[in-house]
Amino acid sequence: MINPFAPIGRATLGALGELGRLSAFAGRAAASVFAPPFFLGQFARQCWQIGYLSLPVIGLTAVFIGAALALNIYVGGARFNAEQFVPNIVVLGITRELGPVLAGLMLAGRVSAGIAAEIGTMRVTEQIDAMSTLSTDPFKFLVAPRVLAATLTLPLLVMVADIIGVMGGYLVAVNSLDFNGATYLRNTFDFLEPQDVVLGLTKAAVFGFIIACVGAYQGYNSKGGALGVGRAATNAVVGAIVLILAVNYLITAFFVE
Amino acid sequence: MTAKLQLIAIKKKLRGRQVLDGVDLDVAPGKSLVVIGGSGVGKSVTLKCALGLMKPDAGQVLVDGIDITALSRRAREPVMRKFGMLFQGGALFDSLSVWENIAFRLIYADKIARKQARERAIETMRKVRLGPEFADVRPIELSGGMQKRAGLARAIIAKPDILFFDEPTTGLDPITADAINDLIVEMVRDLGCAAVSITHDMASARKIADEIAMLHAGKIVWRGPASQIDASGNAMVDQFIHGRAKGPIQAVV
Repeated sequence: MINPFAPIGRATLGALGELGRLSAFAGRAAASVFAPPFFLGQFARQCWQIGYLSLPVIGLTAVFIGAALALNIYVGGARFNAEQFVPNIVVLGITRELGPVLAGLMLAGRVSAGIAAEIGTMRVTEQIDAMSTLSTDPFKFLVAPRVLAATLTLPLLVMVADIIGVMGGYLVAVNSLDFNGATYLRNTFDFLEPQDVVLGLTKAAVFGFIIACVGAYQGYNSKGGALGVGRAATNAVVGAIVLILAVNYLITAFFVE
Repeated sequence: MTAKLQLIAIKKKLRGRQVLDGVDLDVAPGKSLVVIGGSGVGKSVTLKCALGLMKPDAGQVLVDGIDITALSRRAREPVMRKFGMLFQGGALFDSLSVWENIAFRLIYADKIARKQARERAIETMRKVRLGPEFADVRPIELSGGMQKRAGLARAIIAKPDILFFDEPTTGLDPITADAINDLIVEMVRDLGCAAVSITHDMASARKIADEIAMLHAGKIVWRGPASQIDASGNAMVDQFIHGRAKGPIQAVV
């Protein structure tokens, strides 16, 4: 007899086990950020890789989302004569939710996969073992700089995304929805509260941590040549996205209460 | 004389298979031990346990009489500093140049200034007959033999007490392989260190070994001076060194 529930149970247990191992890995990663030796050169390189080089992708995402958001809110708002709230809702939507979440999702693709593939290749070609034999802790040299760089640069990227996103909404509102530019900006800033930005940037920092940890975890534990590295990169992207969405809800709920 | 490195009754199970089933080995200072054996008999696992990269399920790994399996990661660090290792594929860091690879330990573990580290790297490159013109290229641009030389330079730069070699001649043509063997003999003699190699290349084993041990089914089945390998009186050793498919060892194809 085939038990139809067995695969579900097995998958659930597997996922929970994976989550436990990931948590232990993340704890070790967080601890290694604070314990010497520190590899500042590696950290600077990762800030460049993860932060600076992600600017184009973040900027493009933000400008289009801001523009689309303005159009949608205008159409929706027109149904009950609330078109004038476009600037207020665009800025709220971007800073509280869309800026950090979309930046997180884009970087889950760009950064998590990159970290998983690079560290995974180092694992399967014995470079990580080699590093251990050279009296250098691979956790401190490879994982800690990436985790710290992602956690610190993602809030900066989201700040940029917020500004570009609001600008995207502004461009559409002023150019095709007949808003007055000065009024639009005044409404944007009058309505925005510091806690909106704080919520968004907190999310960004947590997402950055998740992105780097999941990528490094998958890479660090990859095995089995090219196939294993490919699987690590795929799992890193999927895992990071699911975690970001789940944690996004938890953080939002925590701040709303 | 106490052994530089001693493995006592090492056991290791991987994915439900008993890979090592009580391995005993020891190597004296200044001596070169070569472990031979077929593919998949646990040679690499033995080496990883000895290096502290893998924790054995049971048994002890003594370095100068200290059991490293009982030490914490931090306490193991000073012991690990005595090790140098040449990996099978070279395991050079492809994001760094050749000289940065060779000087990795000096720059990142010993915090030596880059300028001095570079000088020492180039000096070590000369020892393994790698010209200074290769210092600034990426490892990927080197040939297989040169990658082995660079890996060897990286292993010896900090003058280790114990050198490990994982299949040092695999993937090289016979002439290059012989040159690498000569280098290994020369380096081990110059440093006066103990050496542990694993290989299935008998030409290499004969050249670099003082002693040879044969690993089969997770145990050491024979051990003796390299000069007596042809008169071992052990059917498995005879089968292995003559490369015969028929014999007590079943060929796995």
